[in-house]
Amino acid sequence: MALIEAVGLGLDFPYYHLGARSLKKRLLGNARLHTDLSNRVVVSALRDLTFTIRDGERVALVGPNGAGKTTLLRMLAGVYEPVRGRLTVAGQVGAMIDVSAGLDAESTGRQNVRLRCLYRGMGEADTEALTAEVEEFADLGEFFDVPIRTYSAGMGVRLAFAMATAMQPEVLLMDEWFLAGDATFLAKAEERLTRLVTGADIMVVATHDIAVVRRWCTRAIWLEGGVITKDGSVDVVLGPAAALTPG
Amino acid sequence: MLERRPAASALYQVDAANPLRRERAIADVVMGLRRWRLAFALAWLDIRNRYRGSVLGPFWLTLSTGVMLLGIGITYSTLFRLSLVEYLPHLAVSLVVWNFISQMVTEATTSFVQSEAIIRQMPLPYTIHALRCMLRNALIGAHNLPLILLVFVVCGTFPGIEVLLAIPGLLLIALNGFALALLLGMVCARFRDIGPIVGSVMQLFFFLTPIIWKPQLLGEWAVLLPLNPFYVILETVRGPLIEGGGTLIAWFAALVYTTINVILAAVFLVRFRSRVAFWV
Repeated sequence: MALIEAVGLGLDFPYYHLGARSLKKRLLGNARLHTDLSNRVVVSALRDLTFTIRDGERVALVGPNGAGKTTLLRMLAGVYEPVRGRLTVAGQVGAMIDVSAGLDAESTGRQNVRLRCLYRGMGEADTEALTAEVEEFADLGEFFDVPIRTYSAGMGVRLAFAMATAMQPEVLLMDEWFLAGDATFLAKAEERLTRLVTGADIMVVATHDIAVVRRWCTRAIWLEGGVITKDGSVDVVLGPAAALTPG
Repeated sequence: MLERRPAASALYQVDAANPLRRERAIADVVMGLRRWRLAFALAWLDIRNRYRGSVLGPFWLTLSTGVMLLGIGITYSTLFRLSLVEYLPHLAVSLVVWNFISQMVTEATTSFVQSEAIIRQMPLPYTIHALRCMLRNALIGAHNLPLILLVFVVCGTFPGIEVLLAIPGLLLIALNGFALALLLGMVCARFRDIGPIVGSVMQLFFFLTPIIWKPQLLGEWAVLLPLNPFYVILETVRGPLIEGGGTLIAWFAALVYTTINVILAAVFLVRFRSRVAFWV
């Protein structure tokens, strides 16, 4: 059973390489920035977040730029450890935040799939299966064995999408581009995305796109300035569908 | 799409009030070492990409070390009034091993900064990045080994069975390289000025360490040499190769320095592991 439980979660993002005193002073006028015990400028990226996400929920993290959506995703993925509070994530996590990270431009598509499997710590048999899967889905033909440096943008997206979506995680964490149109480069991508999203026990997606939220999500969490300001069903948080986005 | 498998231990739990720093650091090292295949693949890619399109590839390093050996060998054997046959084996072993150590130390400073994109993307054990750095330099350093053999053949000096002692010596260097990649990698991610300082320090130690000159030239001052950590570590490989096994004091000091290095790296990893993602 998948579960995400956050209690009083907080994260301060230190600005380390910012030396000048005058710059510090100017920045400190801002409410979210303050200095900590060792006199560093820190931004309160996330403050006192408490929420529980249960099996079957598909949650949209919404809010303006810099609200802390991606930071929260990274924290759920285990990249940043919380400075305050407690976080529990039960279930095997699949994070699709920046899928191009870890790709090696000089390696072929096939080698990159193998590399990705190594990153995920998969065994030889799984690697074979996943490679075959990706090769079939990405449909790159002979380009699958050519360095990805030579790929067109579209081919790169196809490979990245195929790799990222080839596994079915229990807890799916995504940044918005996956759902926001660009990914529907093929009819089968659409179908696959639906399977991925509905197959996951929990999905959390960070997005600006209201259409994405209405189409895929059952719940929305509105973040602003690192704080949860609204949390509830999509209609409660964003208002009834008709009022905002007709269609 | 691949079918979902029941995850064995898919529970991630962190509590800032009870960070379990030591347990997490140990798990980091254990998981990282268990996944050496990834570290090795990344190290291999690093080398391949660094020398992409080059005909000689990493053997450029062999060539440049060879040229340096010849130049320094002829000049300094004249300066020191030693015959080339006497001097060259010492120089070859010292220079090759020194290059190995020096590369490891210098690149240790960027072990985490270099993997910034991945660190911020996936929760991998930090050990993997340090291991990648160490393995990369070990692989590159190995390209110089044929030079030692060549010099031995040309000068007609061959070590005896004690040459096997060079293996623990090399392992000691690798262990130090790994610990340093963790330690310096963390420190230099946080304080970006340390990297250039390390570079200068290594240059200084190139002259302070008996590489070009033989330790005997120091006369009675030679007793102070074990204070130089680079000397004793170097000695654990050079000794077996050309002096019939290093001195006991060198081995002892090398073990002491290694222990200190490993303990420091462990302390830093326990204390600051969770901060590295913010530093890079």
